Amino acid sequence: MPLKLNQSEFVVERDLNKCISCEVCVRQCSNDAHEYDADDKTVLSEASKCVGCHRCESLCPTEAITIRKKAAEFKDNSNWQQAHIKNIYKQAETGGVLLTGMGSDKPHTVYWDHILFNAAQVTNPSIDPLREPMEIKTFIGAKPEKLEIEKNDSGFKLKSKLGPHLELSTPILFSAMSYGSISLNACKSLASAAYSFGTFYNTGEGGMHKDLQHFAKNTIVQVASGRFGVNRQYLRSAAAVEIKIGQGAKPGIGGHLPGEKVTADISSTRMIPEGSDAISPAPHHDIYSIEDLAQLIYAIKEATDYLKPVGVKVSAVHNIAPIASGIVRAGADFVAIDGFRGGTGAAPQAIRDNVGIPIELALAAVDTRLREEGIRHKAAIIIAGSIRSSSDIIKAIALGADAVYIGTAALIALGCHLCQKCYTGKCNWGIATQDPYLTKRLNPSIGTKRLSGLLRAWSHEIKEMLGGAGINAIESLRGNREHLRGINLSEIELSILGIKHAGQAW
Amino acid sequence: MKKIFIDEQYCIGCRLCEIYCQVKHSKSKKILKAFREDQPGTLARVLVEEIGSNSFAIQCRHCEDAPCTGACISGAMAKNENTGVVICDEEKCVGCWSCIMVCPYGVIKRDIKSKKVASKCDLCFDEEEPVCVKNCPNEALKIKEI
Amino acid sequence: MSISLIKNKKSDYPGYRVPSGCAVFGVLNESGSCFDGRTIIDGIEMMHDRSNGLGGGFAAYGIYPQYKNDWAFHILYDDSDARNRMEDILKKSFAVLYFEELPTKRSPAIENPPMIFRYFLKLKDIYSLYERNVPVDNFSEDDFIVDFVLKMNARVSGAYIISSGKNMGIFKGVGFPEDIGHYFRLDEYKGYLWTSHGRFPTNSVGWWGGAHPFGLLNFSIVHNGEISSYGRNQRYVASLGYECSLSTDTEVITYLFDLLARKKNMDIELLNMILAAPLWERIEEMPEDDRELASTLRIMYGGALINGPFSIIAGHNDFMYALNDRIKLRPMVAARKNDYLYVSSEESAIIKVCPQPDIVWRPQGGIPVIGRVKKKD
Repeated sequence: MPLKLNQSEFVVERDLNKCISCEVCVRQCSNDAHEYDADDKTVLSEASKCVGCHRCESLCPTEAITIRKKAAEFKDNSNWQQAHIKNIYKQAETGGVLLTGMGSDKPHTVYWDHILFNAAQVTNPSIDPLREPMEIKTFIGAKPEKLEIEKNDSGFKLKSKLGPHLELSTPILFSAMSYGSISLNACKSLASAAYSFGTFYNTGEGGMHKDLQHFAKNTIVQVASGRFGVNRQYLRSAAAVEIKIGQGAKPGIGGHLPGEKVTADISSTRMIPEGSDAISPAPHHDIYSIEDLAQLIYAIKEATDYLKPVGVKVSAVHNIAPIASGIVRAGADFVAIDGFRGGTGAAPQAIRDNVGIPIELALAAVDTRLREEGIRHKAAIIIAGSIRSSSDIIKAIALGADAVYIGTAALIALGCHLCQKCYTGKCNWGIATQDPYLTKRLNPSIGTKRLSGLLRAWSHEIKEMLGGAGINAIESLRGNREHLRGINLSEIELSILGIKHAGQAW
Repeated sequence: MKKIFIDEQYCIGCRLCEIYCQVKHSKSKKILKAFREDQPGTLARVLVEEIGSNSFAIQCRHCEDAPCTGACISGAMAKNENTGVVICDEEKCVGCWSCIMVCPYGVIKRDIKSKKVASKCDLCFDEEEPVCVKNCPNEALKIKEI
Repeated sequence: MSISLIKNKKSDYPGYRVPSGCAVFGVLNESGSCFDGRTIIDGIEMMHDRSNGLGGGFAAYGIYPQYKNDWAFHILYDDSDARNRMEDILKKSFAVLYFEELPTKRSPAIENPPMIFRYFLKLKDIYSLYERNVPVDNFSEDDFIVDFVLKMNARVSGAYIISSGKNMGIFKGVGFPEDIGHYFRLDEYKGYLWTSHGRFPTNSVGWWGGAHPFGLLNFSIVHNGEISSYGRNQRYVASLGYECSLSTDTEVITYLFDLLARKKNMDIELLNMILAAPLWERIEEMPEDDRELASTLRIMYGGALINGPFSIIAGHNDFMYALNDRIKLRPMVAARKNDYLYVSSEESAIIKVCPQPDIVWRPQGGIPVIGRVKKKD
């Protein structure tokens, strides 16, 4: 079509003094943005095809390529921003819903960046984690109302048992990402890093691939609205079960894995016919209210002999505090809350960028609500939705979370450059794709090392910050909002977060 | 001895191994010069074979009973008793290509750009690690002691 | 500062926390023999430099044998109006057996003391008193008193209940501890267990109710240190019905003791497994039964783990319980001589009142010193 209303998003700059025409870029680009001209022995680039994944730039042996954002080509307009105009052009042309991938990139307030953490001075000593024990072991599960302890001649003996728990060496788990939305090599990397580090990964609604079954003890399996891959053995082999109600990037929306991605391997893992669309309905059609959820929770507990924690994942929506309370009262052992900046493989852009609330506010509201109701001990809170650094984790735990899920951060550790084109299936980093030419780019042994590296680094930083605040066990930070201060926040924001403003003493 | 192992599952066909091999065996050892100014250019001694989404990089296997050494008419192709590495002494090589005809892996090339010699992998004997292994972005090539 | 002022201040959300450094000293006669208050005053006076004159106080057990089965309340008042308000409320729930103003000795060292009264009370019929709709079976007289004290302290302006146990009393105020002791004429009381506190607040809100010990029912707590888990502990007890109105470490620690030792009926020998829980690496080395118990207690009561530096002495009619934080960031020395058990921030206090103890030791972090009262006079 000669008329092209939408211009390229990126400029591909090739320094011809440096380009050796080795064609690495040509071979690496799944979008065919680079092409070798045999006559001239030069490589040419077509910027309109570039998605900004930086794969070519990362592999170019001479650093000849630079991918830049293309400057605004429309007349400045604070109301009609570039994105609006471009989206309208696109939609006028295709007549379709705009799809996107990863979490929202809109400039809504990131509350983590408006919260500061504390340190001990004089009246209370800081603790050096290199010389003193620093405990970040974390448990996920319900706590009983009371314990029966018997005193006998030799001492004390526990008569009652704690319910099923997950034990984590660090308060970080990998979020639900299904085999299908990401490649098997990405799943293998997550599973094996979780296994070697002593934490958990989550199957998403992708079923448990046979090659990952030996990581079952470090696997949280998901039961979502499509029920893909779910059977008794799937539930019983896992460490915990998570019922997925919603996802932060697309509250109220189901999922759709197109038939072309349902390969033989995925079809057997999800237990659906090869090549058929895998559609997860928006709601669970057997859960239209809270009492239905309770039934499913207990059905799963029955199927797993009450030996596994059963949790429920919901997206952070306006009414999240009462919803979470209902979930806890329905019998969930943990509640996973996914904030609106949470990632996705594919979501309608309008929903991703406009539906839900930030996880920081949701977490604060839920923790406070559960405490007010005296039921905080009945379930652990895991939060998700854009945890970007160890300091985000420290702040989340001080606000009241038991642990955090990381999804996007884990993918970035695997090479993701946040080009937000996951839904195209052409991920040049071998993550969000099933194309065998692309999936092999993610070597799970490298992926495992990089994910373990991230967990190690963050755990170390968490210990440093804990020690600085004079705390040597992470449970003493949980819900300890005295160690947080807000900056540039309004009264109402501070009051929802339950923290004081910077400058206010104890 | 040390041998290069190929993990074809993770070869991504980028051919960076070839590029770095060329640089390593160039006069300047500098990538821009090797491809621009060092004329005549050098050949890569590792070769990426590719069909569809499958690919792997192969170089001289340094066979235990290397047929190329027997076929060599000038004594240029010889296996070092101590290291086990098969090396073509380019000073002695007369370019008869007998080695190419007997090589079961097809990893010896005709270097016709410079002197007419047989060009093959020398396992980067003067490096800590062969450059193809070192520069593989996906660890599809590994060097291991056997 | 007046009680009403303090109470109004804390109504700003969220309350300001008042940390402080300090000296602690406790003496118990395990056979229950009573001794007068000079011992405790002399001991705490040795640690004068650990206080800064902004608070001192004492808890004494066995001092009211004539009313040993009745509730003994010590109440601070700003003025007679406050007293009238409080007494009206008291009379609705209690039969007042006896009351008087606490005898004191005026001294230039003590400025602007509030009125302090003591009351000996009998609770009226609990069934008719309790207004909320809860099963009475689950609700004891103790629960009523806790509820009453917390509510009155939060709501009745100009009045503050500092002591609410039986056969025990708390005496405290603004000043150095030895001056406070003399002011209250403690040499005229005899008790089998005494604890004391000299205060060095780093955030000085000098008011009488904020001095230590902090008491609830028969528990009294003195504490040295500034805990780093305050926010966590406070939220934990708040979710179980304890409103921290003073925002002090000692207050929240008292609620933790009440929660665990009274409400959860946990043996005090287990308390250190929660309040100063053993490190995971230590738990992993334990024999299986102990390991299961220790890890379960730790998982279950993570909110009650007290983190950061502390040395605590808890007084109770039946025992004295002293505990250091698990990595011993605050000092604590213990000693025994015959039936006497001494616990102190510094050895000097012990030697002052007991020059030749049988044994002196420095308790390990997280390992409690427990003295039990074998029989009472």
